[in-house]
Amino acid sequence: MSPSLTPDDARRAVALVLGTIVPDVDALELPEDAVLREELELDSLDFLTFVERLGQRTHVRIDEADYPRLATLSSAAALVVERSA
Amino acid sequence: MPSLGADMDEGTLLEWLVAPGDVVHRGDVLAVIDTSKAAIDVESFHDGVVGDLLVEPGTRVPVGTTLATIDDGAAGATGGAEPPVPEPVRVASPLARQDAERRGVDLHRVQGTGPGGSVTRDDVGAAPRPGPARRVRATPYARRLAREAGIALEAVTPADGATVHAADVLGARGSAPPGAAKPPEPPEPPEPATEPAARPHAADAMRAAIAATMARSKREVPHYYLAHTVDLAAALAWMQERNLALPVERRLLPAALVLHATARAAAATPALNGYWEDGGFQQADGVHLGVAVSLRGGGLLAPALLDADQLTVEETMARLKDLVARTRAGHLHRRELTDATITVTNLGDQGVELVHGVIHAPQVALVGVGRVVERPWAVDGMLGVRPVTTVTLAADHRATDGFIGARFLSLVDRHLQRPEEP
Repeated sequence: MSPSLTPDDARRAVALVLGTIVPDVDALELPEDAVLREELELDSLDFLTFVERLGQRTHVRIDEADYPRLATLSSAAALVVERSA
Repeated sequence: MPSLGADMDEGTLLEWLVAPGDVVHRGDVLAVIDTSKAAIDVESFHDGVVGDLLVEPGTRVPVGTTLATIDDGAAGATGGAEPPVPEPVRVASPLARQDAERRGVDLHRVQGTGPGGSVTRDDVGAAPRPGPARRVRATPYARRLAREAGIALEAVTPADGATVHAADVLGARGSAPPGAAKPPEPPEPPEPATEPAARPHAADAMRAAIAATMARSKREVPHYYLAHTVDLAAALAWMQERNLALPVERRLLPAALVLHATARAAAATPALNGYWEDGGFQQADGVHLGVAVSLRGGGLLAPALLDADQLTVEETMARLKDLVARTRAGHLHRRELTDATITVTNLGDQGVELVHGVIHAPQVALVGVGRVVERPWAVDGMLGVRPVTTVTLAADHRATDGFIGARFLSLVDRHLQRPEEP
């Protein structure tokens, strides 16, 4: 298993995955508490793609019950760190 | 350059996927064409060997321009994407042509007695009708191509045995009239406007296309509107249960359940699944569910989930993901753009509860799906909180009355109450 991710790694991973869905935006430059779905105009399919790719990239399992924690960049990164530990 | 919609009069050849000498089969993708709406794969209508590619990538040409030649082994080569047009039959009046079409009479076989040997309505009336009089099932695009080429739809053999598609008409056109062994010289390509393949004005062009389509619908189609609020508790509970067992890449969304229910309701309500054309309703053969997809950077497209009524919920989800991804990547197949029989617009993600849609004519119905919201809901005399969504129907009053529309919406509801049914 890969060692647990640092918060910075996790943030970068989240931003990288978002960049594959919304190519023109660097999520790292968004405000900490920006609601990703609104800020990036993600529809439900985009969001599902986000969940799918984030899971693949970080080898973290994300269930439907976790979706609220993917609301912002920092909460999503925190989820990834917690699960990768 | 095939026409990929009533409002398309030119297109840009983006890319050739074949080279001279390649063996191609009917249905193989030959080239990618850029319309004002999207990049579309164009298939071959013939089996044969690719001859000359006549149009350079990046060139914009009018609809009807010969793009390439395909040698089908018969005498001479016929144009691939645009076979030669047969000698049009002279008719005394457009009514004569309409009569012929309605009666299934091949104008090529009618002896004209009108001025200059033109075919009159009486000639058409006197001509023997081929077999029992029946309306031929055909897609709107096929019907229009047949009309333009002066081919009776009855004379066209559908490849799938049921519905005449554009490819069938083009195939028939390539072989008719009998004796046209020597195809005409490929027409000199009209002054091509060479433009970079990039689309600087793509957004403007799409806006114009949407404007034309929607304005025509609002001008010509007498819409009626119905709305029905559906309790989604059963459907969402079923979905969450399924999702626990499914890997993330196959997880379901509520949209898949609603599309699945809509497709099945459409299959059971043929009067809403088809086209209003030439003053009458044409029932479509399968349910090809148009799905409105908004594009990043503005605009929208409504490509079709082909044969959507034959899919399970999970298949619907997989096909929806694929269709949306390809729509946004600008890579659709021709039939997906031309064959939708009824369309769904889902604005729930934008947070609105209710959509009153504009029908994508000549279709006769547009289904709108709003956001899933929690609402107080009475069941068996008890008040509870339930997730609900409002499903609307905008329908063409020329084709149906509110009674049929209401039955359709209650069918959608019924299917959503029993999501476990395949």
